[in-house]
Amino acid sequence: MHLVILGNGIAGITCARHIRKRSDHRITVISGETDHFFSRTALMYIYMGHMKYKHTKPYEDQFWAKNRIDLVRAWISRVDPAAGKVVASDGREFAYDKLVIASGSVSNRFGWPGQDLPGVQGLYSYQDLELLEDNTRGAGAARAVIVGGGLIGIELAEMLLSRQIAVTVLVRESSYWNNVLAERESALVTRYIQSHGLDLRLETGLKEIQAGANGRAAAVVTDKGETIACQVVGLTAGVSPNIGFLEGSGLETKRGVLVSRAFETNLPNVYAIGDCAEFREPLPGRRPVEQVWYTGREHGVVLAQTLCGQRTEYAPGPWFNSAKFLDLEWHTYGDVPPTPQPDQASLYWENASGQQAVHLVYRVSDGRFLGINSLGIRYRHLVFDRFLRDGRNIDFVLENLAAANFDPEFFRAWEPDILATYNRQTGKNLRLKQRKGLRAVLNLIKPA
Amino acid sequence: MSNPGNSQALSLVRKTGMALFLAGFGYALFLTLGSSYRLDQEQAGKLFGSRLELIEAADPAFVGSTYRGKAAFLGALSALSEQSADAARARFGLSAADVEGMVSRNADKPFDLQAELALMEQAGTPEKAEKTKTWLGWYDGKTLSASELQTQLSAKAEGLNAGISGLELSPYAAFQASREASLSLAATRPGLAFLLTFGLVILGGLMHILPKTSEPAGIKNNGVQQDGLNSRGLIGITLGIFLIAFYIVLYWFPAWIAEWSLITDPLSYALTGGPSSQWFLYGWLYTVAVVVMGVRYAIKYRHSRYQLVRTASVTFFQIGFAFLLSNILQRFQLPARDLKNIWPLDYTFFYEYNVDSMLRAEVLPTAAKAMFALGIGLIVLGVPLLTYFYGKRWYCSWVCGCGGLAETAGDPFRHLSDKSLNAWRFERISIHSVLVFAVLMTAAVVATQVTGAEQFLGLKTADLKAWYGFGVGSVFAGVVGTGFYPLMGNRVWCRFGCPLAAYLGLVQRFKSRFRITTNGGQCISCGNCSTYCEQGIDVRWYAQRGQNIVRSSCVGCGVCSAVCPRGVLNLENGPEVDRTAVQAILLGKDKIQVLS
Repeated sequence: MHLVILGNGIAGITCARHIRKRSDHRITVISGETDHFFSRTALMYIYMGHMKYKHTKPYEDQFWAKNRIDLVRAWISRVDPAAGKVVASDGREFAYDKLVIASGSVSNRFGWPGQDLPGVQGLYSYQDLELLEDNTRGAGAARAVIVGGGLIGIELAEMLLSRQIAVTVLVRESSYWNNVLAERESALVTRYIQSHGLDLRLETGLKEIQAGANGRAAAVVTDKGETIACQVVGLTAGVSPNIGFLEGSGLETKRGVLVSRAFETNLPNVYAIGDCAEFREPLPGRRPVEQVWYTGREHGVVLAQTLCGQRTEYAPGPWFNSAKFLDLEWHTYGDVPPTPQPDQASLYWENASGQQAVHLVYRVSDGRFLGINSLGIRYRHLVFDRFLRDGRNIDFVLENLAAANFDPEFFRAWEPDILATYNRQTGKNLRLKQRKGLRAVLNLIKPA
Repeated sequence: MSNPGNSQALSLVRKTGMALFLAGFGYALFLTLGSSYRLDQEQAGKLFGSRLELIEAADPAFVGSTYRGKAAFLGALSALSEQSADAARARFGLSAADVEGMVSRNADKPFDLQAELALMEQAGTPEKAEKTKTWLGWYDGKTLSASELQTQLSAKAEGLNAGISGLELSPYAAFQASREASLSLAATRPGLAFLLTFGLVILGGLMHILPKTSEPAGIKNNGVQQDGLNSRGLIGITLGIFLIAFYIVLYWFPAWIAEWSLITDPLSYALTGGPSSQWFLYGWLYTVAVVVMGVRYAIKYRHSRYQLVRTASVTFFQIGFAFLLSNILQRFQLPARDLKNIWPLDYTFFYEYNVDSMLRAEVLPTAAKAMFALGIGLIVLGVPLLTYFYGKRWYCSWVCGCGGLAETAGDPFRHLSDKSLNAWRFERISIHSVLVFAVLMTAAVVATQVTGAEQFLGLKTADLKAWYGFGVGSVFAGVVGTGFYPLMGNRVWCRFGCPLAAYLGLVQRFKSRFRITTNGGQCISCGNCSTYCEQGIDVRWYAQRGQNIVRSSCVGCGVCSAVCPRGVLNLENGPEVDRTAVQAILLGKDKIQVLS
């Protein structure tokens, strides 16, 4: 059997690796972006000079031949399910028995005037990185305007700042990323990034991008009527599934390729995973299109089961995610909604320095712990996963919070302060039952 | 963010610092290469003793002449060493004419030794008469033909002449001569020279480093991969060549850095009570590098208290143990040992002179014996126990001198270590080979001391010592180990060669509570951890599959954890259960059959 996978990102490659672990199927991975799998999330570090492209490749080049995963460099322009083949832009054709679409995303462009001018770009692909190098080479770029304050926007801002390019970020929301982060976390991050030299324009949108005499982007006009002179414009207002090349293929799509819980499309032998897939029936509490590194990886693992003869539905564990806003790390486990929900209560603790904060959410009626956001403190996935799966009470979580701490040795422990805040807030008198460390972890994760 | 005016000022401070650093460094080079040299009669007498006459015979102008530049002076010394040998042979040796005369006077009749000796006395060469008496005594009274006599006496003369040398110019003698003859500021006003060299270098270095505190704390490896110094650019390669040259000079041609030792004379007198040597100088340079670059490291990683505490520790052990204590011990006529240095890194620990100095000391014998006990205790108890509890990091990145230099001065080069599978294969063969070599050599050394046999398993103990000392002790640990920092990363020696690291690594790999834990599914495979692992461990390979990292080579520097943008890695000690477990459940692999 010949499996063809479109896209060598985390979803497609994870799928290929797991198919190989379980079968001798012939596997071909096709990508137009790069010859080898690299970590998309590390693009920023290449630009900042922390790493070179080769460092972002998680496997040595010899890995693919050794594991009999054929890599093809081509942009696929047409999928022909009736004939069981895909066609590349250079005319090459690849016949498949089963096809996996893992083509990722493209940056959103909302029809702004001037959005296609030279000097305007998104940040998603390796080609975007090369384009950014071109757009900021030399002394030509003194200021950049970034449209959209999400994770990619803040990364792009950090990249440009590292090369002494001044950055203005237009954010539609009233506070940074407050469609995901709850109010106080969002406020903390907003203060944090403002204090690190970013010109953050809240509740401000893009009206148009104006060209200069050289035909390149030269200024941005905001919806408040302000004109900001700049040489580079970053469009980071989210990403959308990259499915343009599927037109006419007969695949049902909405925002992305519509799939079942087992990543089956409407056509037999065609599957879709990662950023480009859209669940017909989203999992409870989760989005129909999941555009996160970790979900792409999980999709790949699960689909590999199905492709190797054991149909498996996607049933991920509790939600988790992480990011870094400049030097501020963020971890989340479970569900911390951006706005307060009925029957939910919060414990919010913030260090006076504004460098650490945690936000735990629990159900009022039975005290069940629902989720945590942590900023500037590392928490252990394994432990929080168990808290969530076991449906632990908020009191239990707080009493054992130190066991979940994942900060390096000698770091100051904030858990006593956090618990004291909870005790003050609730009138309880809880005490920490565990000390940070592996022994505590092993105690906690023992099967109940 | 700091305001632009302020940051411009700080940038100026940094540039000025770099200029001062280069000025101090340049002046130090000038002092040791461009100074003038002259020996007066008294100095020459002190240096050359009875050989002075020969030197004066060979080149009457040498004493009292001024030589400009180290090359000219060492060239003159080297020429003198050859010329003085000729002069010595003329004086003590038998020339072809001497042999011819003896043949014509003694052919076909009893050899008259007394007459020949008398002739030599008369000629004013009593030394020649003395040697002739020794070498030709057998011929006295013997009768040989002219041709026999000619052949035999010529052969004897050749042997006699070969035994005559002039000024013997060992590297140490050239070093001492350079120190004695130097007319530089380093000799005349070492305190001032100290300020103009080390003073400027330290001040300039700190001025370049300290303004970094104005930037926000956190990982800032911006531009590292494009920097000419950090990434094998022209400056990096130049620095590598300089460091390699420095180590070659230090080990085999110390005369070329004689002025640098003169500069440290006042410090040496204060600590040891004696003049500086190239090894005192090296200890001082090493300490300066660790302290100044330790400040840089602490600033760079100041968001991590682990890094701050660890840096304080390596700096303390370098200053306190390697530099101060060992020199002060010397002052009290105790063995000048670096007490934290452990066999087999300290490969001379069991050498006879070391064992004698500790076990048969005449001054403070109990203290000297305690040193021996400490050394043995560290080998048999300290290493296994501490490594069991904390991993090899307790030594390699908290205490060790090599590790101290690597973690401070070597930090800008940590990403240059090779992460490939092939490098790992090579590493395992090479480091364990050195361990086997060290054990074999030491076994021979001990066997020779105990039994008196010069051979061990068919190999000469002296040869083993010489090969190890040259190949491992000098070339691998020094020239390659540090000289290659800008070319192959800062842990070349620790990773590929250190036998103690191999020993610690075996304990860490098979019986230890230490591991680097990974945080479930949070890894984004970015590669920062692998890139900045100085030991060339592909950390990401483990992290992205949720597996704890247990590797014999890990020195626990903690940088993988510090550079991780997702909080995935942590250095932990704990119960040995599940030490290398894979947390498959967090990677979306639950409810499916897990294949690793």
